[in-house]
Amino acid sequence: MELPAKTFRVTRADLIRYAGASGDFNPIHWSDRIATSVGLPGVIAHGMFTMALVGRAVTEWAGAADAVVDYGVRFTRPVVVPDDEQGTEIEVTAAVREVTDAGLTRIDITATCGGEKVLSQAKATIRTPG
Amino acid sequence: MSLDPSFVGRTYPPTAPYQVGREKIREFATAIGATEPAHHDPAAARALGHPDVVAPPTFPVVLTMAATRQIVEDPDLGVDYSRVVHGDQRFAYTRPVVAGDELVCVNTIEDVRTRGGHGFLTTRTEVTTPDGESVVTVWSKIVVRGEG
Repeated sequence: MELPAKTFRVTRADLIRYAGASGDFNPIHWSDRIATSVGLPGVIAHGMFTMALVGRAVTEWAGAADAVVDYGVRFTRPVVVPDDEQGTEIEVTAAVREVTDAGLTRIDITATCGGEKVLSQAKATIRTPG
Repeated sequence: MSLDPSFVGRTYPPTAPYQVGREKIREFATAIGATEPAHHDPAAARALGHPDVVAPPTFPVVLTMAATRQIVEDPDLGVDYSRVVHGDQRFAYTRPVVAGDELVCVNTIEDVRTRGGHGFLTTRTEVTTPDGESVVTVWSKIVVRGEG
């Protein structure tokens, strides 16, 4: 079963807010000068910010703030966030892989930015809704 | 970047307890746009059976990222932090993190390998209460990019 797709817009302001909330002040997430000096095309989102947005999608699909019992991802490609009002977009889709007798649902997640996968092996186990 | 495989299995001393604040959970939830009432409103969290607001699933990175600096900054291991990129991340919960929790992190190096000139370091952080009640286990794999 496919779950309804969700789209998250990400701007530079979001990265600054996430840096403050998470304590991750790595300058590749706010300085184009430093990001390009280490070979990146520009400022990129924190991998953990992308993971958090996808986690939001999972929580929303589950329908409860405390439903996620296991959640893991591999970061495969940076999410480049341009310095403009639009920023970029992360699209998240998922499919239910298994519903267990123990009341758990396992889902496989796909997250893309500009048509390219930014995560692989993204999986979550949630308490089965309802 | 070559990392010494003899570090596999090494466990570091527990970190000082981290006090999970209600406002910190709200701040984190707001930063990621998570609007579920149980992240913000203690009454909504209590309705789900929790003593206070519930943290979003990736919240523990706030404390585990700081805790794993024990490993990344271990001079004997010699990771060059400027060459580090995040590879994998996983959270396996015993129960959700809630405001009022005091959490201690114990870091273990689970895997070290070198492939294609890059170093790969997998850490496991057991996040517990000071009494040792398991809350969440966090795995993180970092890649230390080789020169050139």
